[in-house]
Amino acid sequence: MRLPCPYCGPRGSDEFVYLGSADPVRPASHDAPTEAWTDYIFLRDNPFGANRELWHHTYGCRAWLIVTRDTRTHEVLGAETARTATAPPTQVAAQ
Amino acid sequence: MRYSLAALLKNALSGNAHWTPVWREPEPKPAYDTIIIGGGGHGLATAYYLAKEHGITDVAVLEKSYIGSGNVGRNTTIIRSNYLLPGNTPFYEWSLKLWEGLEQDLNYNAMVSQRGVLNLFHSDGQRDAFARRGNAMRLNGVDAELLNREQVQRLQPLLDVDNARFPIKGGLLQRRGGTVRHDAVAWGYARAADQRGVDIIQNCEVTGLRIESGKVVAVETTRGTIKARRVGIAVAGSSSRLAAMAGMRLPIESHVLQAFVSEGIKPLIDQVVTFGAAHFYISQSDKGGLVFGGDIDGYNSYAQRGSLPVVEDVMSCSLALFPSLSRVRYLRQWGGIMDMSMDGSPIIDRTPIGGLFLNAGWCYGGFKATPASGWCFAHTIATGTPHQLNAAYRLDRFATGHLIDESGHGAVPNLH
Repeated sequence: MRLPCPYCGPRGSDEFVYLGSADPVRPASHDAPTEAWTDYIFLRDNPFGANRELWHHTYGCRAWLIVTRDTRTHEVLGAETARTATAPPTQVAAQ
Repeated sequence: MRYSLAALLKNALSGNAHWTPVWREPEPKPAYDTIIIGGGGHGLATAYYLAKEHGITDVAVLEKSYIGSGNVGRNTTIIRSNYLLPGNTPFYEWSLKLWEGLEQDLNYNAMVSQRGVLNLFHSDGQRDAFARRGNAMRLNGVDAELLNREQVQRLQPLLDVDNARFPIKGGLLQRRGGTVRHDAVAWGYARAADQRGVDIIQNCEVTGLRIESGKVVAVETTRGTIKARRVGIAVAGSSSRLAAMAGMRLPIESHVLQAFVSEGIKPLIDQVVTFGAAHFYISQSDKGGLVFGGDIDGYNSYAQRGSLPVVEDVMSCSLALFPSLSRVRYLRQWGGIMDMSMDGSPIIDRTPIGGLFLNAGWCYGGFKATPASGWCFAHTIATGTPHQLNAAYRLDRFATGHLIDESGHGAVPNLH
C-alpha cells in the first residue's frame, strides 16, 4: 500500500505510523460526563468504506496527514496535511 | 450417520457410494425461536450448545458465505489457556477442557493435538513476568512449566538460543496447549448442530435488524425476512456493521491479520513456539507445512488481504528464531479480519436491545476460545444472563472501568 504524501509524493506504507480515525472529538473539559469520555476513548465508527484517518510520516517529512481511504479495498481517495485540513483533526491537537 | 470404524469398513466395502451429506441445506423457515448470525466457529458452536445443553433446537445459523469461509478457516489453529487475569483464565481453561473432549462429543475427527505451547523469553525481566503468569495459571488449576535454556534446547534443538540481539533464556510451556485442524472444527460443529435440528443456512447475508419497542423481532436477509424471538450476533470482523444495524457503536476496530504456510517438510518443530522479543508464532501442521503469523497490519481494514511490510517482518522473526528456515519456501499467505477490541478481551453479553445478544471483540485469539465461547454464548442466550465464566466479558465494562487488559496497554486496538 502506498500513501500520497502532499510533501514527498507516493511513499510505501512502512514509512508511516497509523493513529486511527481523525474524527473523534475530545471532550472539551475533564468535567465532561463519563459517557462523553467513554465515547471518545473506546467507541469507534469503524466504517465499512471511506475512513478519514491520521497517518504520521515518521520516516519521511514527519508531517501528520489526514488520509481518506476505503477500508474495503485499501484504495486511497485523498490525502492532505492535518495542519491545513478543511476539517481539522481533534486527536493531533490533543497529543 | 454416526462415524465409526464399522461405518468406515462398511462404506469402504460398498465403494463409498452411501456416505450421506455432512449437514442438510434447508430453506430458511419464516420464523425461528433463535437466530445466530454468523456461521463461523463461534456461531456454530453456539447453535450446537443451545441444542445440546439447553434443548433449544428451533435455531437457524445464518452465514453470508459458506461454512468455513471466514476466520475459522483463516487462523493459525493454536489452542492454549495461558492467561494471567482472573476474568480470562477460567474461561480459556474451560475452553481447553472442551477441546479435550470435543472429538468424542461431536463424533468428528478434529485432529486435536496437545503438542504443547512454548512461549520463549529473552531477558531476566521477561522471565519474571512469565513466572508470574505461570503461577497465576497454576493457581487456577492450569498446567504451566517454567523451562530454562537447556530444557528449551532439548525441545527445540534448532532454535538460535545464542542470538546476539535476543538470546533465549528459557520459556513458559503449557503442555496441554497445541493445535486443532480448524476446518474440521467448523464442519464438526455444523454437523453436530444439524443432527440436533439446527438449520444451517449458507449464502444468507443479514442486511438489517427489525427492532420494535426496544426488542428485536426479525432479521432482514438476502433470502427474505426471518422472524425470531432471540438473535445472537457472532460475526467477529464485521461486528461493528451488525451493531450499527441496531444503532450501536462498539469499542472495536476491524483490522487485517495475515497468516502463512510453507511447503511441506519433515517433522521439525514439535510444539507451538512463540517469540518473546517480537510478535511471532509458529507450528508445523500434520501435513508438514509450517504455519506461522505475526502482527496485524495496523490500519483499519475489511479487505481480507494485507501488505508486504508485515510479510517481511514475519519472515525476519522466523529467521531470528530458526535460522535454518532461511531456504524454506512459503506456499500460501492470506488475511482475515479481526475484531480488535480496545482492551484486548472479548465481549459475550446481552445488549440494551431486548432479545439481542452480542459475541464479539476476539482480537486474534478467537479460535482457541471457540468451544467455550459457544458454550457461554448459548448459556447467555438461553437463560438471559451471562454464565460465571463470561461474566467479566461485559459490553459496558469500557464505561465502568472494569477492563480486562492482559498487557496493561490502555485503549489501543492492537492487543490480544
